[in-house]
Amino acid sequence: MPTIVVDVMPKAELLDPQGKAVTGTLSRLGHGAFTEVRIGKRFELTVEGEVTDELLAEARQVADDILSNSVIEDVVNVEVVA
Amino acid sequence: MTARVGVITFPGSLDDRDAQRAVRIAGGEPVALWHGSHDLQGVDALVLPGGFSYGDYLRAGAIAALAPIMSEVKDAAAQGMPILGICNGFQMLVEAHLLPGGLIRNAHQQFIRRDQRLRVENARTAWTTEFEAGQEIVIPLKNADGGYIADDETLARIEGEGQVVFRYLGVNPNGSLNDIAGLTNERGNVVGLMPHPEHAVEPGFGPATPAAMRSGTDGIGFFASAIAATVAQAA
Repeated sequence: MPTIVVDVMPKAELLDPQGKAVTGTLSRLGHGAFTEVRIGKRFELTVEGEVTDELLAEARQVADDILSNSVIEDVVNVEVVA
Repeated sequence: MTARVGVITFPGSLDDRDAQRAVRIAGGEPVALWHGSHDLQGVDALVLPGGFSYGDYLRAGAIAALAPIMSEVKDAAAQGMPILGICNGFQMLVEAHLLPGGLIRNAHQQFIRRDQRLRVENARTAWTTEFEAGQEIVIPLKNADGGYIADDETLARIEGEGQVVFRYLGVNPNGSLNDIAGLTNERGNVVGLMPHPEHAVEPGFGPATPAAMRSGTDGIGFFASAIAATVAQAA
């Protein structure tokens, strides 16, 4: 079954409290090389049959309107994986 | 006449019964409404109560904002009906784009519960006419996703237009920009806030005040404001 993957990230200019907490923990454990961690979401939309251009467009629409909130998040990737 | 105030129950609503009780104590008639229906039953005002609808899945309030009844809620908002979103209800209102900006996880990452001091910044909305501008009130706050954010342009606009209705005093409990605790739309009929007025309506069950433990009833003014406006309109 083909799967459409949608990746959503908190907007770069906004505070990501989860990422900030993980950054602090990594630093405390000696992994200070990772100066910033940001946490996003990955959605996997499974499709029966072929992923047409219309279906991909529909996935982009759903990603923009429902899976993300453009006030606080950006859709950073929509792609088909086998 | 008695104002009929609808309280919508969503899967995972927690404070719907408390909101109904607050309406009753303030002199209105509460009407229980269901998220899956398209029927507002002719109510005069609406409350979207607190809770954790759909377990905060996707984003807090996001799935509830797409519930069947929300299309009627949006129509009612456009027609000027007083609509109050409390906590999860506030999150639904921003997800439904009835109020600007967004709400994210508290900056300290934790659930917080405290009696919260607020300043009423705008006493002209449908839910705040019983207060004075600048008045300080205390009502309970309890949330995990109460951090208010908006881009600079939106923030400047809502500050300039007087759409900030409540500001946190003393402690900013969640990292909200400009200490914003509650907002209204341009028309002033839709109001959302993170703290819970419905938990401060009856002596003995409210927040502590200098006078006595649990004696705080500052939440009544919210419901009394909308009820008074409704009754005045009908007269």
